[in-house]
Amino acid sequence: MAGRSVVRLVRQPAAVVPSVIFPLFLLAVNTGGLNSATQIPGFPTDSYITFALGFTFIQAAIFSTMNAGQALAQDIENGFFSRLMLTPMRPSALMAGQLAGLVMLGQMQALLYIAVGYATGAQFEAGFAGIVVLAVLVSIISVGFGGIGLIMALRTGSGEAVQGMFPLMFVLLFFSSMALPRDLIEQDWFRFLATINPVSYLIEAIRSLMIVGWDPEALALGFGIAIILAVATIASAAYTLRGRMLKS
Amino acid sequence: MSAYFSSALGITWRYLHNLYTRPAMFIPSLLFPLFFLAAFAGGLSAVGDAPNFDYYDFTAFQFCFILLQASALAGVFAGFSIAADFEQGMGRRMMLATRPRSAIVLGYGIGAAARLGVTWTVVTGVALLGGMKVSGGGLDLAGMYSLALLSNVAALLFSAGIALRFRSLQAGPLMQMPVFIILFLAPVYVPQALLTGWIEPVASANPVTALLDAARSLMAGEPTGILAAYAVAFGMIAVLGIWAITGLRRAETAG
Repeated sequence: MAGRSVVRLVRQPAAVVPSVIFPLFLLAVNTGGLNSATQIPGFPTDSYITFALGFTFIQAAIFSTMNAGQALAQDIENGFFSRLMLTPMRPSALMAGQLAGLVMLGQMQALLYIAVGYATGAQFEAGFAGIVVLAVLVSIISVGFGGIGLIMALRTGSGEAVQGMFPLMFVLLFFSSMALPRDLIEQDWFRFLATINPVSYLIEAIRSLMIVGWDPEALALGFGIAIILAVATIASAAYTLRGRMLKS
Repeated sequence: MSAYFSSALGITWRYLHNLYTRPAMFIPSLLFPLFFLAAFAGGLSAVGDAPNFDYYDFTAFQFCFILLQASALAGVFAGFSIAADFEQGMGRRMMLATRPRSAIVLGYGIGAAARLGVTWTVVTGVALLGGMKVSGGGLDLAGMYSLALLSNVAALLFSAGIALRFRSLQAGPLMQMPVFIILFLAPVYVPQALLTGWIEPVASANPVTALLDAARSLMAGEPTGILAAYAVAFGMIAVLGIWAITGLRRAETAG
């Protein structure tokens, strides 16, 4: 199943390329447009690309929600999932297989974004060890958001419904500390939303590796939220899968 | 001639009826600009404090972009409807019933412009409730909204050209993405003078920049570059009009 998931991604560039390119486009636009924000007193770095790069990883991971859900929904729609249910395959193996391609894509995206970051002058204060930590964090986040896609696919069995989650994901991204540090957000209501939005802490964990180096609090919050998200969504997806298996 | 406009208005009525009787169709197009307005004007207001950011109000600065974006996307959404109608066979029936067939594009065009009334009212109302200050006078604001209307027409003609060539909703990203990209390659967050790097020359060459700068100057009550903006807008409409009409010819040839 893992091999199939990876091959499927490789064979469907039209499904993968937008989730790789779109975050880079937004990074380029935001970096060019918001570079003057680094002159705001209290901005943590003088390089906006260093600040914005962390958001790119999260954006890519969130987009992968759609990829994971879409793939499973397609299997349900074309009957492949029902045929799988007739085999002795364990549900956990099915989910791990679905997520394998996603984790691989997440790693490739992380490498690409780090390369783009270095090429465009981004700093990476935490060095090589920081890149390893970043890769681990991105994998956990990919599994977490991929799990949301699986839940949606299992509940609805419809690719269209999975795609319908896109606006919600967009809201999660934009109402976070993606563009400015939370303490520099002037509007109270927006700062409140960014503070209760878990995506802010995921972005800030990655951002801390680039700007500060090793910030235990930011990393603990980022890893904590990523692990809770991954465990919660996978457990929920497993529960939903059992229900669907009984129906099949 | 009256039959021509009668056909066009019939298509407009059908389009608006379908739009406003299906909340799933018009609510997202209404929420999309509000979402961007909240995210940009709310989340980035500190950017207005950056040195040399010389616009009078950050919410008004973002509002002009959102207004153009919402208007252009309303044109794109009308393009989706053209594609859907052709995919489901309704387009062929329209082709049989109208002559000249440019009435089809005109009908959707009037519909796309008509839906702007609701979009503008909601977006402007929310921006004003959010504390937006308006410095321009009545004539300035009329100029700003007319630029938004022209961006709507240009986007509709672009999307219609795609929709009539592909006659399938699968071409949706081909309609939406270029419009989205060209809008974001304008000075969205800061005035053009504060842009740095590759985006600065790209924004200078981007026709949307002329529209956006003019709209912002009208909002501020200090109109500049207005003639250039109208020239750019009418130029885009002329070119994209040819694109839409050649698309219509392709659809006719395809049957």
